[in-house]
Amino acid sequence: MAKKTKPLRFDTDWKYDPAPESASAAKINEQYDLFMDGRWQKPLSGKYFETINPANEKTLSRVADASEKDVDRAVRSARQAYEKVWKKMAPAERGKYIFRIARMMQEKARELAIIETLEGGKPIRESRDFDVPTAAQHFFYYAGWADKLNYAFPNKKTAPLGVAAQIIPWNFPLLMAAWKIAPALATGNTVVLKPAETTSLTALKLAEIIQEADLPPGVVNIITGAGKTGAAMVNHPDVNKIAFTGSTEVGKIIQRSIAGTNKRSTLELGGKAANIVFEDAAIDQAVEGVVNGIFFNQGHVCCAGSRLYLQESIAKEFIQKLKDRVATLIVGDPMDKNTDIGAINSKNQLDTILKYIQIGKKEGSAIYQPACSLPKKGFWCPPTLFTDVAQSNRIVQEEIFGPVLAILTFRTDDEVIEKANNTPYGLSAGVWTDKGSRIFNMTRRLRAGVVWANTFNKFDAASPFGGYKESGFGREGGLHGLTPYLEIL
Amino acid sequence: MKRSSPAQISPDFRRTRVVDQTGIEERAARFTKRSIKQSSKLQALYQVLNMIDLTTLEGKDTDQKVRQLCYKARHPHDELSGIPTVAAICVYPNFVRVAKKSLEGSGIKVASVATAFPSGQSTRAIKLADTRLAVSEGADEVDMVISRGKFHAGEYAFVFDEIAAIKEACGKARLKVILETGELGSFDKVRRASDIAMHAGADFIKTSTGKIQPAATMPVTLVMLEAIRDFYYQTGKQVGMKPAGGISKSKLALHYLVMLRETLGQDWMSNEWFRFGASSLANDVLMQIRKEKTGQYQSAAYFSVD
Repeated sequence: MAKKTKPLRFDTDWKYDPAPESASAAKINEQYDLFMDGRWQKPLSGKYFETINPANEKTLSRVADASEKDVDRAVRSARQAYEKVWKKMAPAERGKYIFRIARMMQEKARELAIIETLEGGKPIRESRDFDVPTAAQHFFYYAGWADKLNYAFPNKKTAPLGVAAQIIPWNFPLLMAAWKIAPALATGNTVVLKPAETTSLTALKLAEIIQEADLPPGVVNIITGAGKTGAAMVNHPDVNKIAFTGSTEVGKIIQRSIAGTNKRSTLELGGKAANIVFEDAAIDQAVEGVVNGIFFNQGHVCCAGSRLYLQESIAKEFIQKLKDRVATLIVGDPMDKNTDIGAINSKNQLDTILKYIQIGKKEGSAIYQPACSLPKKGFWCPPTLFTDVAQSNRIVQEEIFGPVLAILTFRTDDEVIEKANNTPYGLSAGVWTDKGSRIFNMTRRLRAGVVWANTFNKFDAASPFGGYKESGFGREGGLHGLTPYLEIL
Repeated sequence: MKRSSPAQISPDFRRTRVVDQTGIEERAARFTKRSIKQSSKLQALYQVLNMIDLTTLEGKDTDQKVRQLCYKARHPHDELSGIPTVAAICVYPNFVRVAKKSLEGSGIKVASVATAFPSGQSTRAIKLADTRLAVSEGADEVDMVISRGKFHAGEYAFVFDEIAAIKEACGKARLKVILETGELGSFDKVRRASDIAMHAGADFIKTSTGKIQPAATMPVTLVMLEAIRDFYYQTGKQVGMKPAGGISKSKLALHYLVMLRETLGQDWMSNEWFRFGASSLANDVLMQIRKEKTGQYQSAAYFSVD
């Protein structure tokens, strides 16, 4: 930078007026029961808990708290549907149901997006342009496989596993439900699915769609509750398959509790992705990719690019550009179409993030947060950059799951590969370079399930996703995503 | 009026920064997701109108035609009060005197294309003479074209020297350098041409002549805005931007304004540093302004065609 040059000013005279999406375009019931055997059933526990909007802490609805007995009812209904209807159904017929669900999701896209944003805190732009369309795409994609399994696994015989217990996280509630349900149904399994306790509503909305689509009763059961409900699902003796997305900590508990049983499992767990920028990269596009990599969905993304490795020769310039870009991000009301960063999903998660920000400061790293006024009510964290960071810092080693980026530097290719792999996780990574041969070298040597080159956080139903090491095992999406739900002989 | 002069040290233009096509297109598309409503929309429409270089560059242009356009520039739509004027009129050199006279006292600038516009296929002597003619007739701004053939042949020093020579011939007139991005073939080359033009002394860089398709697009403009940003941080010098051709609707112009705001910020948000080269955009902006003020659209027949 020239010596006297003033930084660019993004606090412009021209500002964007609020452009809020209308909450009234979505219907949310005051209370939701459990969706089992094709019907809404009151929980035997008699208990309900409140779910709130993290952007203003107002109650949105009350949802049932499924007890162990409720879980048992759900599993029985799934078992019955599996034995009597679903496993016998012609695959092409199964496919028709899945196609129907996909189409109905598209028809209700606006309502689903609004609810996802109200309850999850994510910007409406993201739920509208990413979560909902990608979830529908997943159903479309797997609907197509239902009657083509013989082509997916030529010269083999395939058989469904039975009842799948599926537990999903709060960061992409509807999308994760789609990732779990669509391949299970296409392969002929039945499902008991539990959304996270802070984000139950879009899964329940999906239950309404499933009911309206006339899916045979019990093929998909959606029950709500917290950790205890999940544990009951995992431990139920009549479950054949556990599919879990969430923390590595809970993943390990699940592993322990199913040891010695013949339950199959796929676990998609935490991550601490390295996003690596080489000096020959298209710098401005890399800045954009780094921003999307860490600030997408407030950083509540298991594959978020939370460790940024910059080649030393460009580090200073890159950080300047990153600060300029972060200054233009709009933090605030998730329902505003112009919002880039919405609310943190829960008080709990906010506390975790703030704890790590304190740790980062104590460890001696320099913090940068743009000036932005945050709403008084609700859970908020501005986009945060840490520089002067060492590999041994906790903010580099541990998953924060928030809009916090740790920025490190490197000199050589070998050095950065060693540092990038120096983590218990291995879900994703990003490489930014104009040199094709370097991309291939890096992707071969980075121990991560997904490596993006010159882009980040790109998802497609046809592309497998999953981790190495403590980021879990099993793949979701694509042809690979069929395997964990099948006996292949 | 601020002007830039050629930078003292020019870099090796064979090694300019690369641009990733997918990335730049995605970023450009992201700007179109901003929702501009209520008073921020009206404010932006005024700003757009005030950034227009109202242009006529046709073989059939006449003094009368130019005078009519100048009246439109001063009085875009008298039915509405408080409407700003456009930034400039852009004509061929032989109409500069007429335009200058018609716009006397209005503050509206007269820009003239020069340098064997639009192809730029002539000798340096002719191009310099063309520029001097425009300036001596009173042009406040000169819109030159680069020698694309030489650029493709890798003769960057030739292109650089030519721009620097034209810049000198401009005297006090501000120089806009047209890259004709539709003939350059890649974002990398647009970036390279932008760097050459700025280092050689351009006051503005401009996408297109309007005679070649594609003309201005959001991604190509973004590449140039990013080049301007880097040049500013390297040298401290501000360079203006003019996308030209193909921007005829207000909605698209607002997307450009969002892109400008979020790439270069406050210091570029005026017609001193950003222009739209357009002939039909003004009427659409006027139509939208009227709609914002009254809540109703008025038929296109109510807006003068010049």
